Amino acid sequence: MNVIELKDIVKSYQMGDTIVYALDHVTVNFEKGKFTSIVGPSGSGKSTMMNILGCLDRPTSGEYYLEGKNIANYTDDELARTRNQRIGFVFQSFNLLSRLTAVENVALPLIYAGVNLEERTKRAEKALTDVGLGSRMYHKPNEMSGGQRQRVAIARALINNPAIIMADEPTGNLDTKSTLEIIDIFEKLNQEGKTVIMVTHEPELAAMTQRILVMRDGRLTEEKEGGGQVVV
Amino acid sequence: MFRECVKMAFEGMLANKIRTFLTMLGIIIGVGAVIAMVSLGLGMQEKVKENITSMGSNLLIVMSGGRTANGQRIASGSGAKLTYEDAKAIEKNVDGIKYVAPGVQNSYQLVAGNQNWTSQVQGVTPNILSIRNYSIEQGRMYSQRDMNSRERVCVIGKTVADTLFPDGNAVGQIMRINKAPFTVIGVLATKGQSAMGQDQDDIVFIPLTTAMQRLMGLTYIRNITIQCESENTVSQVQSDVVTLLRTRHKIKTGDDDDFSVRDLTEIIKTAQETTGSITLLLAIVAGISLLVGGIGIMNIMLVSVTERTREIGIRKALGATYHDILLQFLVESMVIGVTGGTTGMILGTVISVIAAKIIGWPIVVSILATIISVVFSVGIGLFFGLYPAKKAALLDPIDALRYE
Repeated sequence: MNVIELKDIVKSYQMGDTIVYALDHVTVNFEKGKFTSIVGPSGSGKSTMMNILGCLDRPTSGEYYLEGKNIANYTDDELARTRNQRIGFVFQSFNLLSRLTAVENVALPLIYAGVNLEERTKRAEKALTDVGLGSRMYHKPNEMSGGQRQRVAIARALINNPAIIMADEPTGNLDTKSTLEIIDIFEKLNQEGKTVIMVTHEPELAAMTQRILVMRDGRLTEEKEGGGQVVV
Repeated sequence: MFRECVKMAFEGMLANKIRTFLTMLGIIIGVGAVIAMVSLGLGMQEKVKENITSMGSNLLIVMSGGRTANGQRIASGSGAKLTYEDAKAIEKNVDGIKYVAPGVQNSYQLVAGNQNWTSQVQGVTPNILSIRNYSIEQGRMYSQRDMNSRERVCVIGKTVADTLFPDGNAVGQIMRINKAPFTVIGVLATKGQSAMGQDQDDIVFIPLTTAMQRLMGLTYIRNITIQCESENTVSQVQSDVVTLLRTRHKIKTGDDDDFSVRDLTEIIKTAQETTGSITLLLAIVAGISLLVGGIGIMNIMLVSVTERTREIGIRKALGATYHDILLQFLVESMVIGVTGGTTGMILGTVISVIAAKIIGWPIVVSILATIISVVFSVGIGLFFGLYPAKKAALLDPIDALRYE
């Protein structure tokens, strides 16, 4: 069963007189429960792909089915709700709010889902314990290491039990040890049945995933089976 | 959601304490200034009104017109046209009148013992005390019976009493007015200066009949003081008096009056208009400072939105809608407005009470100005917060997330 189906997706920008295609007629499916990586050089359209998959942006044309629903024509508010309920984001630069504690950061999506404070805190505490941060729940991001911050971000991505987890260069700012820890968590989540899509430019990380999509000039040029094994 | 927004707003404000305080200060000063200025203005108005009504309120004064002798016009009040009967006729025939007091006056030398003093002697009916808001401190006022028998009695003001009878105990003593002996039967309570700067305690009242027939030798009177029942009857009474006197004096249509009627309420109105416009001016200046405070809010909110672009991007990526972000920033600017407005209200009230005490004006805290300025400060928070909040809510999540 496919969680996401992209049909003939085009994303173009007007740059002066010429039209630039960031995504050029991309058609691809993402299977439920699979750990996929998207690789490619800078400017290949990886980020645009990520933004469209994550409902942060709308395609110029084409159809996007998320869990069977075409969301290409959703309004901004509907997209916001979709991001809130169905998608969990993990960013390269963590994107935590520095004023808030780990628990408050993790609980943030639940505010917009309309969950009350008591329930929010309970669920955020559990999510943090699951990623191994049970002892640092009331610390602020600047009191944590990069690996710990990214784990907070993962806990936040998981809090609303989303259909897919989108990770955009999740280990780009991390050292090797933390990178392995984070990939480990993704693998564990994948084994629990989560669909994970990760954008990366490190081939050895991509090699650990089950499926590798290679992008070049806004097109999907190659599809490989990854090893699904951690080899460093 | 609203509760979360208020919580977020307070967190955001506490993260930048000094900035929040300075922004709020603009509103505090604005609201405080409006309340203090309007309250002081109203206090001033009250004080001026008090001063003027101490002369007597709702008064009309009828004076006989000037004589014209060989083409020369001589001062009003010098003609011999008004009579005691005119005054009685007015009292009898015109509606809306409370008191009518015909009077004559002249300046005389007063002598008692080895002291002397020159003062205005007024021959007038006893009801002048009620009209002019005088009260008796010692002794009594002369009565209608004293009027009828033309008694040589007088009631004197505090200044006269203190000058002629430095030992006190003026009542019962003899005082000579223009060499004629009069018995002092009462001393007036002190009233101080009038709004015109005259000493209202430098005065001698004697019965009208005594003054006319035994002191001045007059058959006519100089003026008639009329106190109307209320402010609203003044102009009606004025025109009725004119009509009545024209008939009694047999003045043909088209000819000039041989008397004049002056409306003292005009003075009050003029004074109130003056103080009213001063109050308005003060309120406008203070209102402008409130507006400047509002612009301060907008300024800081715009800075805050730019500074927190990334935060807005994160919130949007996590599912915040346009309205969620709008509400967050609106609540923030309104919290500044409301907190500043309330603090300003307290400050303004305290300042106006203290200032009124120091200056000695009556304390008038304008409830209307208080309500208006507080409502206004909430409105200002809303109005000047709307543009920055909209700007924040309309941010594109991708651009906002990329913002460094």
